[in-house]
Amino acid sequence: MFPLGAAFGLLVVQSGLDWWWALVFSVLVYAGSMEFLAVGLVVAVTPLPQLALTTFLVNFRHVFYALSFPLDRVRGRAGKTYSMYALTDEAYALTAGRPGVSLSSARVLWLQAFCQAYWVAGSVAGALLGSWLAVDLLGLAFTLTALFVVLAMDAMRVERDLPGPVLALFCALLALLVAPGQMLVTGMGLFVAALCVRFVLQKARRDANA
Amino acid sequence: MPDNAYLMAASLTMFAVTFALRSLPFAVLRPLRDSALIGYLSSHMPAGIMVILVVYTLRGVSLSEAPHGLPEILALVVTVALHLWKRNAVASIIVGTAVYVAVVNLVFV
Repeated sequence: MFPLGAAFGLLVVQSGLDWWWALVFSVLVYAGSMEFLAVGLVVAVTPLPQLALTTFLVNFRHVFYALSFPLDRVRGRAGKTYSMYALTDEAYALTAGRPGVSLSSARVLWLQAFCQAYWVAGSVAGALLGSWLAVDLLGLAFTLTALFVVLAMDAMRVERDLPGPVLALFCALLALLVAPGQMLVTGMGLFVAALCVRFVLQKARRDANA
Repeated sequence: MPDNAYLMAASLTMFAVTFALRSLPFAVLRPLRDSALIGYLSSHMPAGIMVILVVYTLRGVSLSEAPHGLPEILALVVTVALHLWKRNAVASIIVGTAVYVAVVNLVFV
């Protein structure tokens, strides 16, 4: 968590934002991949509705974390609120991914607090380092590409479904052709629509076979 | 360059959407659990969304002009190969980025 946070902090100052925005993003947004993506989006002064839609699509995966995250173990309203706010991919993987382990309320909360502390400390360290060194190293934004490649590979390993990612690639390239200025939202919109169609077709086929 | 008011509004927007996605499902758990479409989307969206984000981050790369996307291709190959081999996310990202930074700063200057 710390090295990735540092890479994020470095990217913030390299993009021309003040170092403390790394802290604000890490505390308020606290969703690693979205934070990386947000740097480019806010530098381009992306309209807020579009930013909201992008956040929704990128972070939609969190919806299903609720089904198996052990929130019932966390006691107190404040504890539960923090636990939901800090329900990142890592926090989910470290808790819900281990069904045999019984976790106490304090254990879940400390685990989440440590995850966030590492991330916030890393991003501030990276941002401060970047603004003190003041070197303009070309190509650091590739961190973002590499991050999404790795996340895509990890997700594919879980899904074991090749047509989905291929469909997504096609939607992305199509969006690049027809709406280069709105590529992100167009590509994701097309992809979600395509998935819905695929779901209906598969269901129809299953019903026909049944 | 964006001003501070816009940056704050942008941060709050992302906070609101992210927190809603993380908290609302706990309140409306049952209909979600029963919805086959939501289940299908949440298991099939992540990989595809990440693929779209990869394309998005590479949208400025020109294949027709020098260096014809060679630094990107090289760094992508290294990132993918290392991740297939070691499955260590942080190592794959840092080594892939280091290769890219080295190539664009030392080779194609």
